[in-house]
Amino acid sequence: MSGTETRPDRGQSRERGHGPGVGRDLGVGHSAPRPDGTLKVTGEFAYSSDLYLADMVWGATLRGPHPSARIRSVDVGPALAMPGVLAALTCEDVPGELFYGLDRRDQPVLAADRVRYQGEPVAIVAADHPERARRAAAAIVVDYEVTEAVTDPRRAAFDPSCPAVHDGGNVVRHQPVRVGGDFTAPVVVTGEYEVGMQDQAFLGPESGLAVPAEDGGVDLFVATQWLHVDRDQIAPCLGLPPELVRLTLAGVGGAFGAREDLSMQVHACMLALRTGRPVKMVYGRQESFFGHVHRHPARMRYEHGADLDGRLRYVRAEILLDGGAYCSSTPAVVGNAASLGVGPYEVPNVWIDAYGVYTNNPPCGAMRGFGAVQACFAYESQMDRLAEACGLSPVEVRVRNAVSQGSRLATGQVIDSPAPLAGMLRELAAMPLPPEPSRTAGPVAVPPPAGPARAAAATSVPDPAGVRAPGAAATPDLLDLPGGVAQTTHGEGVRRGVGYGVGIKNICFSEGFDDHSTARVRVELLGGEPHVLVRTAAAEVGQGLVTVQEQIARTELGVERVTVAQADTTVGSAGSTSASRQSYVTGGAVRAACRAVRERLAVLRANGETLAETLERAGAVEETRVYRHRPTFPMDPVTGQGDSHAQLALCVHRAVVDVDVELGLVKVVELAAVQDVGRVLNPLALEGQIHGGSAQGLGLALMEEVQVVDGRVLNPSFTDYLIPTILDMPPMRVSVLANPDPHAPYGLRGAGEPPTLSSTPAVAAAVRAATGLRLPRVPIRPHDIAMDGSRYGNWAGDRSL
Amino acid sequence: MNGETDITGADGVPDPVTADLRLSVNGVPRPVTVDTRETLLDTLREHLGLTGAKKGCDHGQCGACTVLVDGRRALSCLTLTVTADDVEIVTVEGLADGDALHPLQAAFIENDALQCGYCTPGQLCSAAGALAEAADGWPSAVTPDLSAPPRLDETEIRERMSGNLCRCGAYPGIVAAVGQVAR
Amino acid sequence: MTMDFLRPATWAEALEAKAERPGAVPVQGGTDVMVELNFDVRRPDALLDLNRVAALGEWSAEEDGRLRVGAGVTYARLIAELGDRLPGLAQAARTVGSPQIRNRGTVGGNLGAASPAGDGHPPLLAAGAEIEVESAARGVRMIPAEEFYLGVKRSALEPDELIRAFWTRPAGGPQYFSKVGTRNAMVIAVCSFALALHPAERRAGTGIGSAAPTPRRAVAAEEFLAAELDWDTGRLDPGLPRRFGELAAGAASPIDDVRGTAAYRRHAVAVLARRTLTWAWHDLWAAGPHEGPHDGPRGRVRRPGGPVAPGDPGDPEKPRREAG
Repeated sequence: MSGTETRPDRGQSRERGHGPGVGRDLGVGHSAPRPDGTLKVTGEFAYSSDLYLADMVWGATLRGPHPSARIRSVDVGPALAMPGVLAALTCEDVPGELFYGLDRRDQPVLAADRVRYQGEPVAIVAADHPERARRAAAAIVVDYEVTEAVTDPRRAAFDPSCPAVHDGGNVVRHQPVRVGGDFTAPVVVTGEYEVGMQDQAFLGPESGLAVPAEDGGVDLFVATQWLHVDRDQIAPCLGLPPELVRLTLAGVGGAFGAREDLSMQVHACMLALRTGRPVKMVYGRQESFFGHVHRHPARMRYEHGADLDGRLRYVRAEILLDGGAYCSSTPAVVGNAASLGVGPYEVPNVWIDAYGVYTNNPPCGAMRGFGAVQACFAYESQMDRLAEACGLSPVEVRVRNAVSQGSRLATGQVIDSPAPLAGMLRELAAMPLPPEPSRTAGPVAVPPPAGPARAAAATSVPDPAGVRAPGAAATPDLLDLPGGVAQTTHGEGVRRGVGYGVGIKNICFSEGFDDHSTARVRVELLGGEPHVLVRTAAAEVGQGLVTVQEQIARTELGVERVTVAQADTTVGSAGSTSASRQSYVTGGAVRAACRAVRERLAVLRANGETLAETLERAGAVEETRVYRHRPTFPMDPVTGQGDSHAQLALCVHRAVVDVDVELGLVKVVELAAVQDVGRVLNPLALEGQIHGGSAQGLGLALMEEVQVVDGRVLNPSFTDYLIPTILDMPPMRVSVLANPDPHAPYGLRGAGEPPTLSSTPAVAAAVRAATGLRLPRVPIRPHDIAMDGSRYGNWAGDRSL
Repeated sequence: MNGETDITGADGVPDPVTADLRLSVNGVPRPVTVDTRETLLDTLREHLGLTGAKKGCDHGQCGACTVLVDGRRALSCLTLTVTADDVEIVTVEGLADGDALHPLQAAFIENDALQCGYCTPGQLCSAAGALAEAADGWPSAVTPDLSAPPRLDETEIRERMSGNLCRCGAYPGIVAAVGQVAR
Repeated sequence: MTMDFLRPATWAEALEAKAERPGAVPVQGGTDVMVELNFDVRRPDALLDLNRVAALGEWSAEEDGRLRVGAGVTYARLIAELGDRLPGLAQAARTVGSPQIRNRGTVGGNLGAASPAGDGHPPLLAAGAEIEVESAARGVRMIPAEEFYLGVKRSALEPDELIRAFWTRPAGGPQYFSKVGTRNAMVIAVCSFALALHPAERRAGTGIGSAAPTPRRAVAAEEFLAAELDWDTGRLDPGLPRRFGELAAGAASPIDDVRGTAAYRRHAVAVLARRTLTWAWHDLWAAGPHEGPHDGPRGRVRRPGGPVAPGDPGDPEKPRREAG
């Protein structure tokens, strides 16, 4: 039931079942084992929270409790008076720039005159014991004057009387998209949709170790996604030149976007520089919920116009993204939502307004698929409504509007590499469905009134354990039912639904960003054998980039022994481990450096010489290369037009669910996916990305939400922020297509994010199919199904956006 | 931290109560002095240098800190160290036999049952405990027939591994890896 | 900030320790207490580790026909060893936390914490269990489960008392426990419901979890069943389970919180009550052959999808004593 399709025209078999073996081809296209696998299964892999130095002390953070308040005063005296406390610092102790940020430097290192969200750092403490540090931080006295919190993003965006969270107004970015001018159609469907605030919920909370150096600088070992952009934000805040702030990647316990922004980095460095001691900071789970950005919650209004045959004539949309208190990645999130706001469909007329706004809610930024995820839920919900309105199947309405190579996106950008969406949908629809449950409809049969003895005799089912209800077929396992062993149903109220979702995601950084990576590759003799050392600053966060780098080096250089050095800032930037870009960009850089080494070796090599002999004679060969994907361009601020993306990737999902319609509980029975990855670099690792992205999309559809009321987070724990367990994640059918993108190294296409997009609307559509309800919001909560399913926002006729 | 856990506050509260224990971890006696409030997870990580067990949630909701206590799975974040001085503790560091990986460890690598790997030590200890529990005939919540030794099919594995979260979503690989060893 | 750690070896020592240090927090599996310690919700000046008190880990069948289950019997053992006699409680036990938690956690700890969301409480209420508590000063006190829960995380336990055991009759009829959570494992109850049919007394017991400040019985619903169920013929008017559900929901007084709305909880309690009654009544009258409900099936664990576990292959009435 679970497995990956492996057709000869589509990449390699996944080789599951073959252990790493000498002599096996471990180059590009093969399931080479991850080089960090052994360390990770033996517990020896050093995550940032595992780091230790003999004389280290512990940092802790005091966070403001209010979504919005003025700070009248901060008194660190009580903390400093406590034994074992080495430092207690406030904004006045920040040595350099007071603000940092990925896009805008609007986020204070430590709050100065006001706090803008619940949990904003106000002061930091170093002490000789973690608990003492925490208690000292709690002893700091802050005098707050609570002010009105802006928590309604619509009001923040459009109400002139709304207080400004930052000077300059609350709209961080407004990106329109305007194509054509005919917004009339015989079939019109409208809807309002909402996406809740999802958390990345990586399992290894924020942590790192800052070590003061004799040269006045600092060495920081940290779990992050982008070493150089961390450094370029940290160094100015410390008042240090960048070369004195050296970062080394520590083991990363998951990222998913949450480590793209800074968390404890500047704080630990400040404490280390102040105390002269190594300082370790480790967030607990609760603090982690306040320590990183979340996925932007979205409110979206969509109107789709189509011909009677389901072909789209226009899409109008308003997408409102709540960025919370600080900018983070909001502008890029808005850009993605706007440029991909109609999905992978051909639409002749488009009118989109996408907004990202400041509020006093928790700051939101990067999470797997950002911007595209939110829009995808809305446009796919709309496609299902359109199918219904036109009497088409969900697959057919999508096929009729599907983009293909040569199609134009809403931005005017022409898709110039394979985009076989219609074929992917047909393949998905043709996959066999899981068997229908053998349960009887409705409640367990009530025994006939004649009496118990006769009832039993009448059926006389020979069943030694007495396990069967008389007259009923094999009763399904509780685990196969919504609610599982919590036994909320034996089949009553359970209905099956099937739904489809399609997603399109831009790969790599867009809109004119100088997106590049750097690789240094060295070939030398080690113990008489050729050995390759690959060095980049690219963050391995679990996705398997280190594996791919090794594979590329093996393939390009024909050398089996390859080591990927721990990522650090001694080599140029690799860019971020995000936007599904590292295989593309860092993979491209490693390939380029390998090829440069190969060319040097070709020149050096004498006739008939082996590589080892050449290296022996000529010494080590090392080359460094920077790789850039083709340039992208800004979106026009008025029309949204422009070739803003480097690459686009498609994934389609089918979800099969069983829903207990009375209780609103859902069991996902199966997820199936078809994804075009251009070229399979590592089948096993690819499969993991598709599983993982699908699981996170499932979580968003059914359970994951940071609940925020009046700017306050209600559920900052794993007791109440629920992520899918192994019992929630169903078996998956995966089919991988490999239609090469001629612009990309090896023809590859980024793969980590697209499954996160399409699984959410597929699951939601399946739940709608099972219940007949509109369900315009994810996550779909039990009470949405059981109580409020009829609630449905409608803006039919509202053309005055 | 070499046992220096004086955390007396400014409020003049007396020194913490400590206890001298002789833990047995991975078959090795480990004498240690701990604060009576300390969790086994903190003792393993901060006193004994065994950082394999991970802190993911602080309250028994993620499974990353799972260790084996007398062969049974336990959450070290919810276990007081002082209650663990008369038991045999096995952590992920103790699963392998010298350089030879435990079959579960090898199967996790082979099936790529991990990505970031942060949950992996807990997954492995949990899987080892689950196999032992099944071998001892412990039923799971879904074992259909209590009279026969439980057979670890996919459903059983999912149920028995349901106390370990994996945010990377490597669940299909985990099911495959545990199943490979169970057979 | 400091904490004494008390480790009695016997029950008598434990009672003395508790008498001397009424502020000491008893800890067995630690799965409730440690969460509060880790989060600084609670900072007791002493912990009373009961793990060495072997007697707490024993269960026995008593002369009055009831089972006496020590406060230190884990959920995992409860399922494996008592699932046949206490099916409702076993069904609840298997939904507690995770396998790891079930290996360590105990009903005694559930009672000590007295959380309205504790999964063990509704089956104890439905079965009419009694809680045996004891103090060095006043000796043993038996507290009916329905009198045990006083408020959110407040119980009738006096500061110098410890929970010794709970007493309950082996199931004399079908029992069910049903719990709503928003994922398929490792979840705290949004609400839960337990039902126990007592055919010998021609009545039913109920327990509602997570839908009121305390776990509580649905008394009006029980009275309705006692009056309306047709114990002579087994006939079940389809409207009866529905009415029972409404009365059960009426007994709840839920709140809106992060796990669910009050309205949903009320609705869900009604659904769970209706369904569990239907299942239980069906089991009672369908699993024969037997003479009538008085000899109805005793103590069966309904396994996934309704299978009934074979339970102890020996005489289910013959108690086993656990050496602890």
